[in-house]
Amino acid sequence: MEPKPRLLAILDIVTILLFITAVGMVFLYAPLEAVMGQVQRVFYFHVANAWVGMLGFLVAAISGVAFLRKGDRKWDIAGMAAVEISFVFFFIAIVSGSIWARGSWGTWWTWDPRLTTAAIVELVYAAYLMLRQGIDDPDRRARFGAVYAILSFISVPLTFISIRIFRTIHPVIIGGGAAGAEGSFDMTPKMLQTFMFSLLTFSFIFADLLWHRIRLGKLADKTENLRLKVLQ
Amino acid sequence: MQPIPQTENQVMRKEPTLGLGQFIRSLTAIIWKDMAAELRSRELLSAMLVFALLVILIFNFSLELDAQARTTVTSGVLWATFAFAGTLGLNRSMAMEKDRGCLDGLLLAPVDRSAIYFGKAIGNLIFMLIVEAIVLPVYSVLYSVNLFKPGLLLVILLGSIGYVAVGTLLSTMAVQTRTRDVLLPILLFPLVIPVLIAAVKGSTGFLQGAASEDILPWINLLIVYDVIFVAAAFMVFDYIVEE
Repeated sequence: MEPKPRLLAILDIVTILLFITAVGMVFLYAPLEAVMGQVQRVFYFHVANAWVGMLGFLVAAISGVAFLRKGDRKWDIAGMAAVEISFVFFFIAIVSGSIWARGSWGTWWTWDPRLTTAAIVELVYAAYLMLRQGIDDPDRRARFGAVYAILSFISVPLTFISIRIFRTIHPVIIGGGAAGAEGSFDMTPKMLQTFMFSLLTFSFIFADLLWHRIRLGKLADKTENLRLKVLQ
Repeated sequence: MQPIPQTENQVMRKEPTLGLGQFIRSLTAIIWKDMAAELRSRELLSAMLVFALLVILIFNFSLELDAQARTTVTSGVLWATFAFAGTLGLNRSMAMEKDRGCLDGLLLAPVDRSAIYFGKAIGNLIFMLIVEAIVLPVYSVLYSVNLFKPGLLLVILLGSIGYVAVGTLLSTMAVQTRTRDVLLPILLFPLVIPVLIAAVKGSTGFLQGAASEDILPWINLLIVYDVIFVAAAFMVFDYIVEE
């Protein structure tokens, strides 16, 4: 078994330090939002979690295309790893969003485009994992996973557009506000710094976990091969 | 030296059918095969139809479809019915190919793989349209709503095309897994949500006589979805049936 790469060990430590700093910034550095109060602090990690959740979607689709073109197992492991990580992070984003919504909209859930799309993305991830679980042949599992990742990557934006035609109440903090959005606010420089730092931190967490998961996937492949060899 | 690569070429050639005429011939052969099998057994259509009527029956009691409710929920009830009955048909149509080793036979046949996909998809579309053609008048009679508006029929056609385009692809995937029957709706529904939303909104628009600029975005969305997913399915189908 190959030892843990030095760079990965460094990345682990950097990620942990970044995360501790990010938590500190959210609670100590960022100012208290005047209207919503403490619950607004959810926002920093909520958006960062959602960002990681969507990142996995992109990585899975790119790995899917790469796998179908090249047929290299490593792309399959990468796609699977990305979906597994994003499944968890997106769930955290949905739950933290609910907590925020309770505080500022007065409801846990509403059928707004972003929320609905988020729920559907989470279901797509679940379907992807279930599809893979139902197939024994590794090659077929990889091909089907790749195809499903690509198809859902095309479908989800269309879902978003189709629900968007209704009016949204989700605040658009980045890039212009939607009319009628509730709970919107302007970020002060300190807030913006905290927000950007959270995004950076979670990108590091994603990269770190992805690397670990890909390494785990390769090791799993190796043990599977060894097991088959022993059985023969 | 020459003969060896030549024979190899003949064996390796995956698409001996480059002509459009050949493509259409194999396409119609596959559709005809499905129709003939259905004419003899009648198991797929009858199951879809009875199931569709049962779904409407359940909606009748669960939603209290009185005159007031009918004006707003009719298209929702119809599309939920089509979607549920559709998965039943898609599952059955592909399971039939898989169970009797028919899919392997089709793959061995010297026809373009995309002809197999389009053949199956058009066959499924025909079944779905037949079911819809029977459900619509039954619903009209049961609830005395006039459903025969050209706009509504257009929405139903466009929606069915999108649904079947993705459904055929995913059912080909689902039958090759261990959890085949359970898996298709789980894979399919999250991906056809744009079709269902657009179709329900478009149908409601036509039923309530909304202005055309309110309905047009939904029609456009359906067309976009149909085009994108027929193209995508065409591109990835090879990878799903490859052995």
